[in-house]
Amino acid sequence: MTPVLDVAGLVKHYPLSAAWFGRARGQVRAVDGVSFAIGEGETLGLVGESGCGKSTVGKAVLKLIEPSAGSIRLNGEDITALKPAAMVAHRRRMQVIFQDPYSSLNPRMTAGNIVAEPLINFGIGNRAEQQERVAALFGRVGLRPDQRDNYPHEFSGGQRQRLGIARALALGPSLIIGDEPVSALDVSVQAQVINLMMDLQEEYRLSYLFIAHDLGVVEHISHRVAVMYLGKIVEVAPRAALFEAPRHPYTEALLAAVPVSHPRQRRRRLVLKGDVPSPINPPSGCRFHTRCPIAVERCRSEEPLLVADTDGHAAACHLREPAR
Amino acid sequence: MATTAIAAADPAVDAVRRRPGLLRRFRRYPLPALGVLLLAALVTSAIGAPWFAGQDPFEMNVVDRLQPPSGDYWFGTDAYGRDIFSRTLHGGRVSLVIGVAVAAASTLIGLLIGVVAGYFRTADAVLMRIMDGLMAIPGILLAIALMSLTRASLWVVIVAITIPEVPRVVRLVRAVVLSVREQVYIQAATAIGTNFPRLMLKHILPNTLAPLIVQATYIAASAVLVESYLSFLGVGTPPEVPSWGNIIAEGRLYVQIAFWNILFPSVFLALMVLSINVLGDGLRDMLDPRLARRL
Repeated sequence: MTPVLDVAGLVKHYPLSAAWFGRARGQVRAVDGVSFAIGEGETLGLVGESGCGKSTVGKAVLKLIEPSAGSIRLNGEDITALKPAAMVAHRRRMQVIFQDPYSSLNPRMTAGNIVAEPLINFGIGNRAEQQERVAALFGRVGLRPDQRDNYPHEFSGGQRQRLGIARALALGPSLIIGDEPVSALDVSVQAQVINLMMDLQEEYRLSYLFIAHDLGVVEHISHRVAVMYLGKIVEVAPRAALFEAPRHPYTEALLAAVPVSHPRQRRRRLVLKGDVPSPINPPSGCRFHTRCPIAVERCRSEEPLLVADTDGHAAACHLREPAR
Repeated sequence: MATTAIAAADPAVDAVRRRPGLLRRFRRYPLPALGVLLLAALVTSAIGAPWFAGQDPFEMNVVDRLQPPSGDYWFGTDAYGRDIFSRTLHGGRVSLVIGVAVAAASTLIGLLIGVVAGYFRTADAVLMRIMDGLMAIPGILLAIALMSLTRASLWVVIVAITIPEVPRVVRLVRAVVLSVREQVYIQAATAIGTNFPRLMLKHILPNTLAPLIVQATYIAASAVLVESYLSFLGVGTPPEVPSWGNIIAEGRLYVQIAFWNILFPSVFLALMVLSINVLGDGLRDMLDPRLARRL
């Protein structure tokens, strides 16, 4: 079966602004060869610390920025090189929920118009049918239909994110990319929005690319999880395998940083030394070797490959070979 | 002005819930409301000048020349015995036409160029250098040049005042568009398949208008002022048309024996400029989304 989304070797480099009349002095390698696939009804969690390129992956898949190399296939169709005008037709099948519900809604449009806009853009139904659909969407995401005439600033953060979800649902997409959709909300509201997203997934067989830095949230919603470090995926695994038996030392360090819920509970501390190296000039070999607690000489020169075992658990590490 | 802004901020919080009525809005913004009333009175007097003035502004009564204000001549008469009251009211018509025309023309042209410069980065460099060039031309010099090339008329004055205003509007619009186009809701609009005309019309323009409306009022006020000093210098409105600048220029010669020649048109001019500026300040406060998003 063809996956809903199939990304292969995705690269996004930003040239550093050149001096006057000079050539670009280098480039920021925000995303440097990322491959993954998402099946129907599946959620892939994409985690990593700030600046590792996870949001860039989301924006490139949505073609809100142009990828530098690689291929993006949506339901088997290659959309990598499509011009903005040709891309419009594919946007019905792929939608997005943004991180900040305050800046992602036009302050001068009513809530009803915000949710109706995708329907208007694609000429779906007449005015009355559009209004009906908007009312149904409002009900589905837990907003009152009589709030349609309100402006975004009259809603709370959670309600605004529900508006964003209603807008993303309006076209009946098969894939929704959530670019940190709950990290701007407080914890109780996060849970409501996550549960809403999971209900909707079951109802409409949605696939999610769920970008986040909160491992707890990712563990709750994802079927599979990919961990990014400095523009590359270092480990991909089914949720249980990744959280219970992580293979990559970076994943171990990330998991060790999650706060424990019980005050008496102790856990092995694994604190990484130093800062994330610059993506302008990433380390040779394994990009993690500068901070890795178990790095050996080979890690400095040779780049490890992301090799999957039979369970679909893959880690890019020389020292943690998959069990065969 | 700062005190009104602070005073307005507090009650504006509940403005979100209740759509305020006209009367309540007047109480909330007393100074702008006063400005609106004053401006309305001036506009009415200018539009209704032929009916209110009583006398023909051109009729000369040489016997009654340089009369002080009296029951017959409320504002006195000038050196030709013309009624200053009638001339002042009629002068308001010129100011009104110039203020509105210059504000409308410069905002429209400026909006068009500004949006193009703000949205299309390649056009930006060229357009902004042209605007810089226009800004370097002094307004008076341009007016004098236009006047010497053509015959003095209201249209030439409007063009002469509009041209130096356009670059200011362009700069404002460009700056706003530059910030709006980077907003996440513009990305969101692209993601839901919004086409370019709709993106401009529904997302970028509405978020550009508020500061532009405020700017338009300031331009109107400054246009009224510029018209009178151009006329005062003799490079503005043709001398046979009674405009405030012309009346003051003629009255200047007799200021020592008949000060009312200058006093009344000057007071009208000051009130007009003041009331438009106060209105602009009020609009700025009301259109500020942090104070009250809906007008």
